[in-house]
Amino acid sequence: MSIHVLRFTTAGNVDDGKSTLIGRLLVETQGAFEDQIEGARRDNERRGGHGIDFALLTDGLKAEREQGITIDVAYRYFATPKRKFIIADAPGHEQYTRNLVTSASTSDLAVILVDARNGMMTQSRRHAFIAHLLGIRHFVVAINKMDLVDFSKDAYEKIRKDFSDFMNRLGGAETYCVPISALEGDLVTESSPRMPWYNGPKLLELLESIQIDEPANKQAFRFSVQLVSRPPASPEFPDFRGYMGRVASGSIRVGDRVVVLPSGARTAVTGIVTRDGRLEEAFARQSVTLTLADDLDISRGDLIASETQPPQPHTEFRATLCWMNERRLHLNHRYVLRHTTRSVRAIVNEIDYRLNVNTLERESPVSELQTNDIGQVRIKTLQPIVCDPYNVNRQTGGFIILDETNDTVAAGMIQA
Amino acid sequence: MNKEWTHLRELESESIYIFRETLAQFRNPVLLYSIGKDSSVLVHLARKAFYPGPLPFPFLHIDTGYKFPEMIKFRDEFTKSIGARLIVHRNEDAIAAGAHPLKLGIARCCGQLKTAALLHALDKYQFDAAIGGARREEERSRAKERVFSLRDAFGQWDPRRQRPELWSLYSGAITEGETMRVFPLSNWTERDIWQYILQEQIPVVPLYFAKERLVVRRNGALIPAGEAMHLKQGEQPELLSVRFRTLGCVPCTGAVGSCATTLEDIVAEAGAAKISERSTRIIDHGANTMEDKKREGYF
Repeated sequence: MSIHVLRFTTAGNVDDGKSTLIGRLLVETQGAFEDQIEGARRDNERRGGHGIDFALLTDGLKAEREQGITIDVAYRYFATPKRKFIIADAPGHEQYTRNLVTSASTSDLAVILVDARNGMMTQSRRHAFIAHLLGIRHFVVAINKMDLVDFSKDAYEKIRKDFSDFMNRLGGAETYCVPISALEGDLVTESSPRMPWYNGPKLLELLESIQIDEPANKQAFRFSVQLVSRPPASPEFPDFRGYMGRVASGSIRVGDRVVVLPSGARTAVTGIVTRDGRLEEAFARQSVTLTLADDLDISRGDLIASETQPPQPHTEFRATLCWMNERRLHLNHRYVLRHTTRSVRAIVNEIDYRLNVNTLERESPVSELQTNDIGQVRIKTLQPIVCDPYNVNRQTGGFIILDETNDTVAAGMIQA
Repeated sequence: MNKEWTHLRELESESIYIFRETLAQFRNPVLLYSIGKDSSVLVHLARKAFYPGPLPFPFLHIDTGYKFPEMIKFRDEFTKSIGARLIVHRNEDAIAAGAHPLKLGIARCCGQLKTAALLHALDKYQFDAAIGGARREEERSRAKERVFSLRDAFGQWDPRRQRPELWSLYSGAITEGETMRVFPLSNWTERDIWQYILQEQIPVVPLYFAKERLVVRRNGALIPAGEAMHLKQGEQPELLSVRFRTLGCVPCTGAVGSCATTLEDIVAEAGAAKISERSTRIIDHGANTMEDKKREGYF
């Protein structure tokens, strides 16, 4: 029962066979059930097809089909004896940037689908670029439809080389390429006698074995206060005051010195409290309650951090912004910026450039960002936020922007 | 490195984080307590989230009058034992008028006894966030559900108005009249739920364990032949060893043939299950799908 979770995103174009691949992974790992498979079979036959169309298993909402809209990410689940998998599946067509940014933000690995007949196209580069921008450093390139190129090793090698060159250009990432046929099942969970030239792992084996070195554990300690706990007095807790939160990165031991930001007050951790008992040490991703040596004025939104490697409070910074709303970005308009457990007033006062996600060229000058645009901007906040650069820490480097309608209109990544 | 970090700890920690975000961002949250296994896990996680403090919100049970007697007994004993404040809300007018799925059809019966009752209760008590145990894995239309799911002033779900959720930034910003549904178990599967119940020894309604029970076969499902049943002509109750994978209203909840009498047995069964758990819930079938119900305000 001691297995870990791997969160990955899947990106591909409409016709790359992504739904078919996910459908097959679900069916072959029992992540989909017989009645659901039967439903997909019935749907397919109603449309005049034969057998089971794996894509129908992951078909979207009726509302989407009726209104021709794409509601962002769909989450799918399956497990093997080695891992539990959470797929954040980003639709490939409309709203691709917004959806991929969203799904990549919670993922540690990206599976990029490429049609073997087409080779590495603009869209594949765009998918890889966005996933890399969001901090993903593990890629599996699934070169699909190998059955339609006669299982040609040359086709595979060409795409593998193109991808590897491109990833180097992005700044590097661990990249694996596996030739598959999602439709016929070659090298997804089963081996393929039709590609004897390929000696590497099957797609599922890759997903089960790629080591996501938990960078969060090696980083400096960061802990955003969600709530202050002040329960009614009890014999065991006559005068309890604790700070509830989830360790964003690093680890903390009882006795460690910490700094509370933005105030800068210094103190020490006296206890790590959970309902399952007191802990001596807590690690990244753990939800705990900390008690501190001194009675300080601490509330939601404050950050408790390593005394020796503290982050800095900022009211002006540069960030990469992905605009997600139909209402475009207005310079100097008052927005709300949400960062960790803190909300502050903010304005975007300058756009340095817009990134062309197809050519990776920087376009400037630009006066606005629209839906699915990515750009580098300068931001000013009314109150300080305590942050790290996004490429150092995804939890303390990412933020969202809300407008006056409370819609989330943008996602941002703080730059060094 | 943390050697004891498992998928269950990861899920637990994420859910605790969501509970705390809910309390921090809303004025008057409530936990939708449906008595089932997911509710049991939800309550267990809530107690962990706010320890050493007490549960900071009441429980709301929407009672249709058709729940299994074992469920009501478990509800009353369990909530009392943990000192939770329980609000039971029923659509008394519809119940008095004899609402029943065989009479109204399933869609209308659910609409009156569940959806209307829920929306009425949220309004009556002015709850601005309702925490539910729905999981994305359960049903196709839930795969795209948010952790913080926005409902308009009529309690309805508009897929186009849902906000993107990035990193662990859950935005609870709402305007007057709007409410939020919060789903801390979004990333759990049925398998995870049972493994966690076993690991944490969480109490659940005995109906989940196999026992010889009187059932009738109806539309391919094994429907309990209890008091609330209106037997159709030709239906013959049979005594079979069955258990329930999900618990709802007696007339609409199918049992499955099973010999699983312990949590270990159920974990093994959940690991090998070939049919989805919602297949035993008659409400998901037919023209009125889960998606339609969600739009109307069902969770």
